[in-house]
Amino acid sequence: MGLALLAIIWLITFFSTYFFVAKTWWLPHGASTAAAFIDNQFALTYVLMGVVFVAAQGALGLFVWQYRDRADAKKVEYSHGNVKLEVVWTVLTAVLFVGLNLMGSNVWARERFAPAESGSVPVEVTGMQFAWYFRYPGADGKFGATSPKLMDPSAGNEAAVGLDTSDPAAKDDVVTGTMYLPVNRQVDLRLRAVDVIHSFFVPNMRFKQDAVPGLEIRMHFTPTEVGDYEIACAELCGLGHYKMHGMLKVVSQEDFDKWLAAREAEKQ
Amino acid sequence: MVAQDAHDPHGNDPHAHAIHAHAAPTSFIRKYIFSLDHKVIGLQYYFLALAAVFVGMFLSLLMRIHMIWPTANLPLIGEIKPETYLSLLTMHGTIMVFFVLTTAPQGGFGNYFLPIQIGAPDMAFPVLNMLSFWTTFIAFMVILAAFFVTGGAPLHGWTGYAPLSALQSAGPGEQLGADLWITSIAIFCVASLMGALNFITTVLDLRAKGMTMMRMPLTVWAWFITAILGLLAFGVLLSAGILLLLDRNLGTSFYVPLVVVNGQIMGHKGGSPLLWQHLFWFFGHPEVYIAILPGMGVASQLLSTFSRKPIFGYKAMVYALMGIGFLGFMVWGHHMFMSGMSPYSAFAFSIMTMAIGVPSAIKTFNWLGTIRGGRVRFQTPMLYAIGFVSLFVSGGLSGPFLAQPVLDIPLHDTAFVVGHFHLIMGVAAIFGMFAATYYWFPKMFGRMMNEKWGRVHFFLTLAGTYAIFMPMHYLGMAGQPRRYSQFTELAYLQHLIPLNRFMTYAAFVTIAAQFIFVINLFWSMFKGPKASDNPWEATTLEWTTATPPPHDNFGGRTPVVYHGPYEYSVTGAPKDYVMQNDPATVTSH
Repeated sequence: MGLALLAIIWLITFFSTYFFVAKTWWLPHGASTAAAFIDNQFALTYVLMGVVFVAAQGALGLFVWQYRDRADAKKVEYSHGNVKLEVVWTVLTAVLFVGLNLMGSNVWARERFAPAESGSVPVEVTGMQFAWYFRYPGADGKFGATSPKLMDPSAGNEAAVGLDTSDPAAKDDVVTGTMYLPVNRQVDLRLRAVDVIHSFFVPNMRFKQDAVPGLEIRMHFTPTEVGDYEIACAELCGLGHYKMHGMLKVVSQEDFDKWLAAREAEKQ
Repeated sequence: MVAQDAHDPHGNDPHAHAIHAHAAPTSFIRKYIFSLDHKVIGLQYYFLALAAVFVGMFLSLLMRIHMIWPTANLPLIGEIKPETYLSLLTMHGTIMVFFVLTTAPQGGFGNYFLPIQIGAPDMAFPVLNMLSFWTTFIAFMVILAAFFVTGGAPLHGWTGYAPLSALQSAGPGEQLGADLWITSIAIFCVASLMGALNFITTVLDLRAKGMTMMRMPLTVWAWFITAILGLLAFGVLLSAGILLLLDRNLGTSFYVPLVVVNGQIMGHKGGSPLLWQHLFWFFGHPEVYIAILPGMGVASQLLSTFSRKPIFGYKAMVYALMGIGFLGFMVWGHHMFMSGMSPYSAFAFSIMTMAIGVPSAIKTFNWLGTIRGGRVRFQTPMLYAIGFVSLFVSGGLSGPFLAQPVLDIPLHDTAFVVGHFHLIMGVAAIFGMFAATYYWFPKMFGRMMNEKWGRVHFFLTLAGTYAIFMPMHYLGMAGQPRRYSQFTELAYLQHLIPLNRFMTYAAFVTIAAQFIFVINLFWSMFKGPKASDNPWEATTLEWTTATPPPHDNFGGRTPVVYHGPYEYSVTGAPKDYVMQNDPATVTSH
C-alpha cells in the first residue's frame, strides 16, 4: 500500500509538472510592452512554486513508503517537534512569498499608478450585454457628451453608446465595434459599462480590467506587434457572456490614420 | 502531568455530574427528527450535506456535458441552453459552498464530535442547536425551490455580483429565482450564526476537568476557530443579502448606479457595484477557511494517529490555525484586483495574502514532519488524510500566482482560478470529509466500513479529481475565461477543446466512483463487521466511550483528562498510545 501511494503521488506530480515544463498549454503570445514583464514574473513564480511542488509531493510519497508499518520498522521516535525547524521554515517561507510579491509589484505600479503618457491614443471602451464598443474623439481630441436616454443597443455604434449629437464635441466622435490601434503607441483607455459589470480582456496584450457601471476607469497599455487580437469578456454578464467578444486590430500609424479618416468621412 | 485521581482506573471523575443531564427521549420524533442530542443533529447535518453534494455533483456533470456536447438532447432534461448552463454553475457553486463545504465539516462532524472530544455531555445550547439545523434545512429547501419557479434558477454565479444580481431584467432566472437564492443564503447565515455561538460557548465552557485549551485535539481547535470566523463573516453576508433584496424589490440603490439594460433606463442611481463585492468577499474569503480548517484539523488528527507519532509541532499548528483565521479577514481584496478598486490597496491585500501562505506552509511542513519517522498504517481514513495533504499542497501553490496583482491580469476570472479553488477548497475539503467519515464511522454506527472498497474509492477519486482539476490551470494560462458555456466563439480557445473533453471524461469516472462510497456507507451501516470501542487505537476522548456513544456521551461519568491529544509511542508506556484520560501513565504533555 505504501508503494502504491508513492506511485500515485509521484505519477500525479510527474504528469502535472510535465505539461507545465513542456509548455503544452501556455500563455498566449504576448504583444504588448507589459507582456515581457508579466511573463517573466509568471515564469519566476512558476519555477519557484514548481520546485516547492515537486519537493513537497516527492517527500510525501517517499515518507509514506519509507515509514510504512512493517515488521522491521525502526522504533517510532517520541517527539513533539522541533522549535528551531519551525522558525527556520516560517522565516524561509515568509521571505520567499513576500519577496516574490515585491518583485512583481514594480510592474503593477508602472502599469497602474502613473497616468497615460502624453501623445497616447484616447479610446473609450463601453461594455454592454453583449457587445464592446470603441469610441475615438475625432480631430478635436474631445469626447462629446453621451446620454442614457439616447442609448439604443439595437441600432449599434453611436446610438448604442447614446452619443448626444447636439454636443459640438460629439460631432466628430467615431464609434465602432472593432478596435483599431496604432502599433507602439500607448492607448489611453476609459472603460465604461452601461448595464452590468463586464471585463475587458485582451489575452495577447496581457490586459484585463473590469468595466463597471457608474465608474469610468482610466488605464493604458502599449501594443508592440501588428496583428489581429481577440477581445473577450471575462466577467459573468448574463446569458450571452461566452459570445461577448470583439477584435483588436493593431496596425501601423499610417494605416490607423487612414482608417480613422475613412470613418470620419463616412459620418459626413 | 502526574495522575491525581489514580484511584479511578477509568480516569473518570466520580464526583462530577453531567451539567446538562437530560433524559434520553423516547418518542421517534424527539429522538430522530426534533432531537436535542448533538449526535443526532450532527448526523442530520451530515445527511443533509450528503444529499446536497449529490445534487451539486449532478449539476456539475450536466455542466461538463454541455461544454462538450452543447446540443445533446438529454433524457428528461432536454437540451441545456447557455443560460441554463449559467444557472447550473450558480446553483452548483452555492449548494456546494454553503450546504456541503460549510455544513458537513462543521455542522456534521463538529456537532457530533466536538462535545465528545472535550468531554462534554452535549452542546452548550441544545435547543439552539436543533434550531440551527432546521433553519439550515429550510434554507436548503428554499434554494432547491429556485429550480422550479418561472424563469428558473438565477444565472449570476455563486458570487452574485451586482448589478447583474440586482436587476430583475438582467437575464432569465433573475426574477423570483434570484430572490429565492438570496433568501436561502440569508436563512443559511442565520443558522450559521446560531451554530457558531453554540460552538464557541461549548469550547469555552464545557471542557472536562484537565482538558486545558492546549490539550484540545486539533480538530477541536479547527472547529473553534471556524466558529469564530463564521460568527464574524456570516453577519456581514446576511446584511449584504438583505440590502440586495431591497435593491431588487423596493427600489433602493445600494449596489446599482444609473444603468441602462437593453435600452431601458432602470430606476436606480448612485449605488456602488463594488460595495457588494467588498461585503461579499469580506464574508467570502473567510468562508474559504470555514470550509478548509476542519479538514486541516481532521488531517492533523489522522496523520498523528495512523503514523503512531505525536503531531509535529502541536503549538505551531494551533498558532497557524489562529494566524490563518486572523489573516483570513484581511485578504478579501485579492478577489478584486481587476474590479476597479484602487490599485494602491492591491499592494496591501497582496502582501497580506502572501503572508497567509506562511501559516499554511507551516501546517504542511508539520504534517510531513509527523509522518517522517512514524510507523504508518494504511487504513482508509489515513489514505484520505494523505490525499488531503497532497491536494492541499497542489491547490495551495497556485495561490501565490493569484495573490500577485500583476499575474492576476492574465489569470483572474480564468479557469486557473477555478482549478485553484476546486483543488484546495473543494476537493481537499471533501477529502477531509471522506477521511472523517471513514475514521468516525465505527464510532457513529458501531460498524466498520469496507476497507477494500474504501481503497478502490480512494485511488479512483484521487486520480480522478487531479485529472479534472489540474488541467484547469493549463486552460486558465491559455486564457480560457471561466463561466463560458461554449468555447466556439473565440478562435484562440479552439485548441483547448480536446483538453476540456478529457476533463469531462475524467468527471464521468470520478462521479461514478462516488457511488462506491455511498454503497459502502449504507451497506456497512447494516452489514459491516462490528466495531470495537477504539478500532484505530486512537487517544482522544470519543474513543474512551461506548460505540455508539450513549445519550449523554459518557454514560453518567465525566471524563478527567491527564494528557495532550496525541500521545503515541510514549517511551515506557505499556502500549504505543496513551489515552487522554489515562491516569496511570506519566507523560510530559
